[in-house]
Amino acid sequence: MLEAHDITVRYGRRRVLDGVGIAVPPGTTVGLAGPSGCGKSTLARVLALLQRPAAGHVVIDGTPAPGWRHRAPRELRTAVALVFQQPRLAVDPRFTLAEIIEEPLRANRRPVDRAAELAEELGLTPDLLTRRPHEVSDGQLQRACVARALALRPRYLICDEMTTMLDVSTQAHLVARIEAYREAAGAGVLAISHDTDLLARWCGGKGRVLAWPPRSGRVPRPAASG
Amino acid sequence: MSRTTVTGKPRAAAGSRRYGTARRAVRRSVRLAAGTLVLLGLAVVVVPLVAPVDERLVDLGSAALPPSLAHPFGTDEMGRDVLLRSIYGLRVSLLVGLVAAAVSVAIGGVVGVVAGALGGIVDRLLMRVVDGFNSLPHLLLGIFIVAMFAPSAWAVIVSVGLTHWTTAARIVRSEVLSLRGRPYIDAAIGGGAGRMRIIRRHFVPALIPHLGLAATLMVPHAIWHETALSFLGLGLPPHLASLGNMINDGQRSLLAGAWWPSVFPGLFILVPTLAVAVLAQHWRDRTNPRRRSELNL
Repeated sequence: MLEAHDITVRYGRRRVLDGVGIAVPPGTTVGLAGPSGCGKSTLARVLALLQRPAAGHVVIDGTPAPGWRHRAPRELRTAVALVFQQPRLAVDPRFTLAEIIEEPLRANRRPVDRAAELAEELGLTPDLLTRRPHEVSDGQLQRACVARALALRPRYLICDEMTTMLDVSTQAHLVARIEAYREAAGAGVLAISHDTDLLARWCGGKGRVLAWPPRSGRVPRPAASG
Repeated sequence: MSRTTVTGKPRAAAGSRRYGTARRAVRRSVRLAAGTLVLLGLAVVVVPLVAPVDERLVDLGSAALPPSLAHPFGTDEMGRDVLLRSIYGLRVSLLVGLVAAAVSVAIGGVVGVVAGALGGIVDRLLMRVVDGFNSLPHLLLGIFIVAMFAPSAWAVIVSVGLTHWTTAARIVRSEVLSLRGRPYIDAAIGGGAGRMRIIRRHFVPALIPHLGLAATLMVPHAIWHETALSFLGLGLPPHLASLGNMINDGQRSLLAGAWWPSVFPGLFILVPTLAVAVLAQHWRDRTNPRRRSELNL
């Protein structure tokens, strides 16, 4: 289970998150709906161990995270993958799409064969893989970002407004790929969006949609899949 | 019935003409600057091969001759050809400038990357060291460093390199701080990349244009420093032709009305400095996508 307890985050004097908590059981999709600017992305970064909160802690499968960013052990960091809202900002502009997908595998000294499989699953042709981010569309780039997120077979996947900038068919394709991965790997998925209709459709089968702000103590946890 | 006047095309044409003229002017100045540097570079490589000169040789019979066909830049108070010595001097000054710029950018780059990438106490400590170096007058510190060695080109290189790395360190640190906050660095950290991998794969490739620009701008500055140290008698040995030594020697002739021994070596500093500045500005415009689209380069 991916859990966050009593998370408080401040930017200067402004308190963005105040005692927020959430739990994402393995094998389920949890939707998190909230208006723009409420702190959903900040919570996503905290859960992915990329941002240190002022208070609170994150527990991944029973192991409390001892630190954030590079201070978190690599095994814990790679257990949670984050798909960012804006793919253009989430990729190094100097990398080709193939390098973007292979990078986590190389960083962890794992065989890069999986990158080609993932690219094919996500509909990225060999021609696209040789291109750089400015030479492809947002949808194609987000597909590469999803492939990158799945490369290390994370136990939890956080999709932070992943489909906001995409057309309906690309949205449907990416959601289907992530749901297929969840089913196959038994991973927990946290789908964050301001679009409640999308979340209702996405989490309709195996999950539930939480309203903002989530509280680990008050909000009933979604039932784990069987 | 109202009459509609289409003004878009003439305006667009005027804008296009204006951009075209500006683009041509930029290209002309870049070509001129590059051509000047290539010419000077060829001169410092070829002239010593085809016209070797013993720099210790004096010819008092031809002392302080004004510019003429035989001596286009005249001769100095020792009867040595100012043009030949200026080319020899530029060779030494360019060597000092290039190596000193490489040394200072290398030191500054390492300090800046370490400070920016590690952050926290390491960043604060390194930046206080930078502040400490900046609080001292560079020339004074350079003189102190040169005074520890015998006068030589290497002493000047060490002096300039050790006093001018702080600018590169600040540029690199600020760029790394800006890169650190970008989502793709977050994605790399989340993907299990260690600090060294992030530096190698993401920071260094992004920093190369900045380091290149810093080094390019440092070359004329290093030449100026070498000139200043030589002018003060602390740089290169007096018999060795360097632009600083020549200007220093030329000031004595200036009082006797001979302007050429100091003015021409001065132009040999000024012209490459301006040429480098033009090329550096052009490079900055080209590497900044916004400026590039504005100028339609």
